[in-house]
Amino acid sequence: MYTQGLLEAPPKAASAVEDSERMAHFQARIDAEEKIEPKDWMPEAYRQTLIRQISQHAHSEIVGMLPEGHWISRAPSLLRKSILIAKVQDEGGHGAYLYSAAETLGIARSELIEQLLSGRAKYSSIFNYPTPTWADVAAIGWLVDGAAIMNQVPLCRCSYGPYARAMVRVCKEESFHQRQGYHAMLSLARGTPAQQRMAQDALNRWWWPALMMFGPPDTASQHTALSVRWKIKRFTNDELRQKFVDFTVPQAQFLGLTVPDAQLHQDEDGHYQTGPLDWSEFNAVLKGNGPCNAERIAERREAHAAGAWVREAAIAHAAKRAARAVA
Amino acid sequence: MRPSVPRVQSLKVYGAIAMTLPQDWALYEVFVRAKRGLDHKHVGSLHAADAAMAIEHARDLYTRRQEGVSLWVVKSADIVASAPEDAAAFFDPAEDKIYRHPTFYDIPKDVETL
Ligand SMILES: [Fe+2]
Ligand SMILES: [Fe+2]
Repeated sequence: MYTQGLLEAPPKAASAVEDSERMAHFQARIDAEEKIEPKDWMPEAYRQTLIRQISQHAHSEIVGMLPEGHWISRAPSLLRKSILIAKVQDEGGHGAYLYSAAETLGIARSELIEQLLSGRAKYSSIFNYPTPTWADVAAIGWLVDGAAIMNQVPLCRCSYGPYARAMVRVCKEESFHQRQGYHAMLSLARGTPAQQRMAQDALNRWWWPALMMFGPPDTASQHTALSVRWKIKRFTNDELRQKFVDFTVPQAQFLGLTVPDAQLHQDEDGHYQTGPLDWSEFNAVLKGNGPCNAERIAERREAHAAGAWVREAAIAHAAKRAARAVA
Repeated sequence: MRPSVPRVQSLKVYGAIAMTLPQDWALYEVFVRAKRGLDHKHVGSLHAADAAMAIEHARDLYTRRQEGVSLWVVKSADIVASAPEDAAAFFDPAEDKIYRHPTFYDIPKDVETL
């Protein structure tokens, strides 16, 4: 999902060096559905897995502001513009909640930001696709935030307390994101033939990337087992993907739009079965060869550089205020 | 006495763009009172250059939907916490003092108002 890059750097297996007694106590606590809190003893692999997952999630929220942010000045009405500003601001907030959660594991914020800006860190492949029309903003809210919710609701029960609490906050806000997206999509679907074409075109472009947000198929996922045992992950990629498809296909039908999958059909149990996903595309985007990978990171770096004087001024101002208070 | 000014780290170069990476601003813990009559509750943390900025950031980060009527921010470094590894020894003395609970006392049913 927002942490697909985990794939490429599987955590070291729980090391045998680790104190087996403390390990047993740790696992017993997790099995009893008790939370692990920042100062508790934890296996190093648990800590590293969480730092990677939470920071990749945070980076995704931050980079996720870019494709939609481009439309703030071009939103079709003042109301849509206000909504989009609020949504993009929320995503920045999600990034901040998550960086805070990651920091409780002993990594500095500046280090996390450096990882993103240097291009070493991964973020969700979905944000490397372009947003050429207003319908893309609608489709992102509906599909991308919709897929995010599917993944994030179980994370509210993650074994690591600060991550779980951050996700509760995030999930409360995501529902607005998805509903405003669907609402915007509905306006287009009920609009002129040109608007309907625009909506269909956006669905055509976002459908498959949205399905790939859940990560590779279970058969190819390397470390699901450990994450499941540690209750970082509660459902497999395929389980969540299936749930998303089952929820979303009827929503598309209601819009009068066609899901771009000739093989899509409902099985006897009522589940929708999709055609095969093109994982070579997913891997290419994840490796940095998506349509917008370079652009996104360049833009983040530029924003960071352009904000340097603000950060410096804030420090100078704080120092001046403190000096005045002392005088 | 001059207050200490956070240092700015040396220039880092990413491709053609040079930028400063300031050391992190101080970490503050944020507490929100959801409405009058309730306690302030810990909601998370944030970085800020000083306390005034921490309050403003806390408003933007934790009360975008009227989640609070009052905010506290405390420098994380100023919080003193009990040690989790000592939790058992530290809290266990209360374990065997069951007489501190009202349910310890068997009172005849006839005493209706107790
Ligand atoms: Fe988000
Ligand atoms: Fe969102």
